[in-house]
Amino acid sequence: MEGLTFLVVEDSPTMRQLISFSLKRFKGCRIVEAVDGVDALKKLSSEKVSMILTDINMPVMDGLKLVSLVRQNPDLKAIPIIIITTEGADEDRQRGLALGANAYIAKPIQSSHLIKTINDLVPGAGQ
Amino acid sequence: MPDKDDSSEQLLKKGEEFLKLYNMGRQFTEELLKENERLRFQLARMEGQGSTEHTGNLNKEIARLRERIQELEAETRQTMEKYQQVEAENKDFATRYVEVEEQNNNLANLYVASYQLHSTLDFQEVLQIVIEIVINLVGSEAFAILLLDEKTNELKTLGHEGADVFPGIDALTAKVGEGIVGGVVKSGESYFVNQAPDEAQVDLQHPLAVVPLKIKEHCIGVIAIFSLLKQKSSFSAVDYELFNLLAGQAATAIFASKLYSQSERKLSTIQSFLDLLTTSG
Repeated sequence: MEGLTFLVVEDSPTMRQLISFSLKRFKGCRIVEAVDGVDALKKLSSEKVSMILTDINMPVMDGLKLVSLVRQNPDLKAIPIIIITTEGADEDRQRGLALGANAYIAKPIQSSHLIKTINDLVPGAGQ
Repeated sequence: MPDKDDSSEQLLKKGEEFLKLYNMGRQFTEELLKENERLRFQLARMEGQGSTEHTGNLNKEIARLRERIQELEAETRQTMEKYQQVEAENKDFATRYVEVEEQNNNLANLYVASYQLHSTLDFQEVLQIVIEIVINLVGSEAFAILLLDEKTNELKTLGHEGADVFPGIDALTAKVGEGIVGGVVKSGESYFVNQAPDEAQVDLQHPLAVVPLKIKEHCIGVIAIFSLLKQKSSFSAVDYELFNLLAGQAATAIFASKLYSQSERKLSTIQSFLDLLTTSG
């Protein structure tokens, strides 16, 4: 399988680095970073992305809006999306999944959990 | 009467011949019977001998097979023991894999936290990074970063999160040595509530954890944690490591950035003063 391209959408540089650190376990992967939803849409227009990992609470455009817009776009709607957020309540999870996210991970994240979730969504992604 | 004599003689001769023939036949028959008897006896003996040999062979085969069964049973036992041993080793490896995985995760968290803390000399940015670490890596919902004002010997909130959950968290103050927060600054020892407390027992005077920010033995402030995110029930092992890291490295980063900001301000003032002197000169 060709190396995956991950789009990490997160306003916190600490979390961006932590998520990217975990993703580097996928051999040959490429990581594109965005600081909010608008930045993510810009990156999506110029990059071929295999998966989106997004926070919810971000300035300018939040993660839920981003999920909604990606799912409405015929060119992007097939991209798997994982929400990574501090909002761990069940209703938040349900809302995220109802909008079209494929998985929902509450912070603080465990690297092994993130890797397993990605492997479940993209069989053969490898590490 | 010669004819009569001849015929009697002939008859006698024939009788003798017949008798002789009969005796020969009887002798032959007796010999046949004897031979028959001998052969039957021999046959019976041979049959007897054959059966014993056959039984002997069977017994030998059975003994050999029993021995083989015992060997195979011993091999099976050994194989089972090896299998159980390998299974136990596998379980051990699986447990160790999980432990290593967890350690790897913890090290990644510590590396990222450390890297970020020292990535800038801007005081506000350092404060923001400490806040991000406590939210994202520890999983705290409400907390405050209090720094010590050495002139007044009082701690004041300089950064916080969760004012909606704990109103007043943005304006906390504490004297050194007073209460839990002030006590931590004085002793330099971290404070933790080990058991998950009743929510009602946690207030601004009774935090879940207080971590001193220390440069060697000098305490410059604390991080006081009042609540954790809903999905997090208690502190984990890595949290204590993060607290230790924050206690040392966050303190250094905050102190260095503060000094840098002050020196920048002073440099700017001196530069302005020099500019003024040059212009007026």
